[in-house]
Amino acid sequence: MSNSSLLLDDPGWVIALKGLLIFVLCVVLTLLSVWGERRIVARMQMRLGPNRVGPFGIVQALADGVKLALKEDIIPKAADRAVFILAPIISATTCFMAFAVIPMTGKVNFFGEETVMQLTDLPVGVLYVLATASIGVYGIVLAGWSSGSTYPLLGGLRSSAQVISYEIAMGLSFVGVFIYAGSMSTGDIIASQSTWWNVVVLFPSFAIYVISMVGETNRAPFDLAEAEGELVGGFHTEYSSLKFALFFLAEYVNIIAVSALATTLFLGGPSAPPGLGFTSDWLGGWFSFIWFFLKVFGFFFFFVWLRGTLPRLRYDQFMKFGWKVLIPVNVAWILVVATLRLMTQQGASQFMIAAFTGGVVLAVLFAMSVYDSTKKKAEERSRYVGEMPEPSFPVPALPSIKKADE
Amino acid sequence: MTGESVLFWVLAPLAVAAAIAMLFMKKAVHSAILLAWVMITLAIFYITLEAPFLGIVQIVVYTGAVMMLFLFILMLVGVDSSDSLVEKIKGLRTVAIFTVLGFVGALTSLIARTDNGQAPVGLGEANSGGNVQGIAELIFGDYVWAFEVISALLITAALGAMVLGHSEKSGVAKTSQRARSIARFRGKSIATAAGLPGSGVYARNNAVDLPALLPDGKPSDLSIAEVLHRRGDVQETKSYALEGLPKIDEEGNK
Repeated sequence: MSNSSLLLDDPGWVIALKGLLIFVLCVVLTLLSVWGERRIVARMQMRLGPNRVGPFGIVQALADGVKLALKEDIIPKAADRAVFILAPIISATTCFMAFAVIPMTGKVNFFGEETVMQLTDLPVGVLYVLATASIGVYGIVLAGWSSGSTYPLLGGLRSSAQVISYEIAMGLSFVGVFIYAGSMSTGDIIASQSTWWNVVVLFPSFAIYVISMVGETNRAPFDLAEAEGELVGGFHTEYSSLKFALFFLAEYVNIIAVSALATTLFLGGPSAPPGLGFTSDWLGGWFSFIWFFLKVFGFFFFFVWLRGTLPRLRYDQFMKFGWKVLIPVNVAWILVVATLRLMTQQGASQFMIAAFTGGVVLAVLFAMSVYDSTKKKAEERSRYVGEMPEPSFPVPALPSIKKADE
Repeated sequence: MTGESVLFWVLAPLAVAAAIAMLFMKKAVHSAILLAWVMITLAIFYITLEAPFLGIVQIVVYTGAVMMLFLFILMLVGVDSSDSLVEKIKGLRTVAIFTVLGFVGALTSLIARTDNGQAPVGLGEANSGGNVQGIAELIFGDYVWAFEVISALLITAALGAMVLGHSEKSGVAKTSQRARSIARFRGKSIATAAGLPGSGVYARNNAVDLPALLPDGKPSDLSIAEVLHRRGDVQETKSYALEGLPKIDEEGNK
């Protein structure tokens, strides 16, 4: 029985309760992840992190949140009032919407109703997540513009250019999954991963998705939009109090949302890891909830790990990487996946499939070696500065100048 | 009343109000936001009319990409500049009025001829194999030729826009920092070996478009960024010269 048919007979009160649960879950997870991030980063930097408020400092984020809400709310004179207030609302509402299509459990009994913990199962569920993300960009752009100040405007433009560019790479990495699952609905995609998770079958898609999800959420090492040294905090420089808190909330909910989507598309969603399939019936199916969030927390830990390890990229490097590496590689990979899929569907022999795969591997190896040698030559050429007369004054010796042709 | 009609009667007035308000907004960005809202409500209507793919694509493509591009341009090209109401091409206003009247006429006759209150026909048949699959069948089956031709046209248009919009690079070739540093030392003169003089900092003024004055009172062209020269943002540097100081050449000899 697929998720969509299970969800079809949900009465109204179940849908309303699920919506409320998603909201509460996201807010609680944000509080926990702010605390978790600070603790983990502290551990990586040999500090303790927040440890005073509550056991292990676990309610530190809540205390900070309350303090933030009670701060003075400043709207700059140069700001465009209506848009200035609208922007954080757009950011904070759209980030929750992505969760509507994400299944968090297998089949469970929800107060006497057979259902899955998923608000709705659209036939275009994954595209719906992309659509909500693209509306979320409005929050960033409008916040930057309406502040009436230069740094937020620059930060907003940078941020949104970044989100839009990486959304393309992200969207392309979905295509492999769609081809493999034959559907765009999250329920069907999870069902298609019953034997092998997509992370094994479609590893390149997974790798590209993970990179682009970090870019998409403006997180380190891709956090150039709020690079403190250059932009004083980026698009939300002028925001204070509860409006700033909304942006803060949106950032963390977005992180959890992209992690949840990664879990759904590549790690089998709420299904148990291989070899532990017997756990799926524990607690009347609710145990799958724990598997789902273990995977999501794994991604969250990865986010924090990246932040603790990598320095920030330069803007041009970042854009070049997105447009010139991730997107072309992704398109080539989609071609390979589509060809393999068509071959299996039309019943090509094992030998043909093996030959095609071998050919692709050889072509990739060849392209890599050609790229390597041209890069080496270009490097040598760049060291050669041409014939110039020796100057009449003493200059320090230029290291390792040689002609490219030698 | 079904849920669908409740949704319609809540959203439709909002959409129409936003569309009308869009015309009367003073700031272009406000109009853009209202237009984005109209697009989103249209997408919601598509989804309730059982065309989920069209609805989502409407949001991703129109709201997410096209409108966002508009916003970018509005923000970068002075937002507060108001449009002039002077007719630049003769007779444009008359043509515009006739076009609008014609369009309204066509729309009215179309709406007047619809049969209200009848059940939709053929929706179940069109969506029988799934909404996405149905559209895919049409685009990549029946209309694949038209689809490919349009995509080729759009790519050509994008390339054309890039060619037309491309401006000549400023004279400085883009070389590595290392090569530039070497060229500075090995060039005809080492006067600029330590870097070009800063703009206006030795002069009476302190701004990027004012030349620095050399010790002999001569203004230095090198002190102003090449870009400003090309854009014509710099006044004649000679007018800043100071008289009556001993002459010094580029190498610093009296």
